[in-house]
Amino acid sequence: MIELKNAAFSYGGRDILMDMNLRLSPGSFHFLTGPSGSGKTTFMRLCYQALQPSSGLLRIFERDVRAMDRDDVARMRRRIGVVHQDCQFLNHLNLAQNVLLPLQVSEREDEIDEEQLLDLLGWVGLADHKDAMPAELSGGERQRAALARAIIMSPDLIIADEPTGNVDWEMAQRLLSLLIELNKMGKTILLATHDLNLIRTAKAEVSARVLRIQDQRLHLAGADL
Amino acid sequence: MMGGVIAFLQGDRQADQVVPPSGFTARLTSFTAGAMAFLTVFALALSLATGRLADRWNAELARTSTVRISAPEGQMAAQSEAVLNVLRTTPGIQTARVMSDAEQRKLLEPWFGPDLPLDSLPIPRLIEVIESSGGPDIEGLRLRLSAEAPGAVLDDHTRWRRPLVTAATRLRMMGLLSILLIAGSTAAMITLAAQSALAANGQVISVLRLIGARDVYIARAFVRRFTVRAFVGALIGTIAAMVTTFFLPAAAEEGAFLTGLGFQGIHWLLPVLIPIMAAIVAFWATRIAAFRVLKRLM
Repeated sequence: MIELKNAAFSYGGRDILMDMNLRLSPGSFHFLTGPSGSGKTTFMRLCYQALQPSSGLLRIFERDVRAMDRDDVARMRRRIGVVHQDCQFLNHLNLAQNVLLPLQVSEREDEIDEEQLLDLLGWVGLADHKDAMPAELSGGERQRAALARAIIMSPDLIIADEPTGNVDWEMAQRLLSLLIELNKMGKTILLATHDLNLIRTAKAEVSARVLRIQDQRLHLAGADL
Repeated sequence: MMGGVIAFLQGDRQADQVVPPSGFTARLTSFTAGAMAFLTVFALALSLATGRLADRWNAELARTSTVRISAPEGQMAAQSEAVLNVLRTTPGIQTARVMSDAEQRKLLEPWFGPDLPLDSLPIPRLIEVIESSGGPDIEGLRLRLSAEAPGAVLDDHTRWRRPLVTAATRLRMMGLLSILLIAGSTAAMITLAAQSALAANGQVISVLRLIGARDVYIARAFVRRFTVRAFVGALIGTIAAMVTTFFLPAAAEEGAFLTGLGFQGIHWLLPVLIPIMAAIVAFWATRIAAFRVLKRLM
């Protein structure tokens, strides 16, 4: 699904990430940890091609990213759902319209009806908020809304960058359980977090692997948790 | 192609709504397009009017000439008759006639007023000459006139006609150049407004790119909005300018240059093209600006 071979990323002459080797298999669940500023977000951005590696090989869905043009990147992102810690919405659209956006920009808005949309919003606990504007949502609600938007296209891969960073423990567990449920449906999950308790909580429910970024390099932190 | 244009004008309601309403840039674009259309109508009117003027002067003056006879009172009639005889026997002359006192008074009226006592003033006698298509041998005619009537001077209007026609032709060129400059300025201003709108919507664009929107989808929402605004603004500006032009003084014999600056006949249809051209300029200016901005984002 995602494959890196000796990939590196540098910016302004400074090496941010080096010698990265990884293969994310379909249906796997990976945590990504590391100290603040270690390059977790940079790594995530490489995985949905918001950044290009400076050297080495990066293949996403079996395609070398260097061979992709901008339309290819757009099509590739339709297969990846991204959730950020600071998730952004179109503030002039309500929650339902924001969640439907990925289908709309892919010109596939006919693929979902009102009932299915309400089911999805109900799954993330936001069915009662479908007409709310983004500014009216709490931090946890925004994260769940971002998750709903990320999965509405039924993506193969979900990349979540510190989605629990701004929410309380109860909400963090709720988000984690949603991601675990998605993984059980066959989705590949890559979740960046510095919260080790969250990783331990996941251990009981899912076979996950932990990647750690340290000294600008990507390490496999151990066997399945 | 027509279907594509109609689909573009009808728009995609859902695609359009991804870009938030932007009041200031909307008003700026419409105002710019309207003002530029207004100026374009006048530049076009000036260009067409000077073109007509140049053609008219060329046609009217090219086939006429005047013989001016300055002679003592007692010799005026004899020299006039001699000049007419020469002219009647010169190949290339269609007609020649002595202008009446009333006609000469009318010619002098703008300078000396209506009560000019022609009899008491030593005013030269004028003979109007209409040339046939080939025209006479001007130099040969001058020699014959000087031999038969020493007080006669042939004026074939060349020295008047050339600078007037040149000036009118240059004015027409300046009018056309002005239209091109206005189109360029419109494109520049709409580009700036579009770039401003794109910059103000940076977050919208990055969200759309993140969820898989292609550049063409994002650009389309901006391009359609600016194109429609430019079209509507230009339409209003064009109508306002055409109404103003309609009430300009009509062409008058006495008015010469400053009257008749409006449109005539089928030329009234030309301003219809201005809003269409403004929309085309806005379409390409916004499209180029949008793709340039989008290219900077991953």
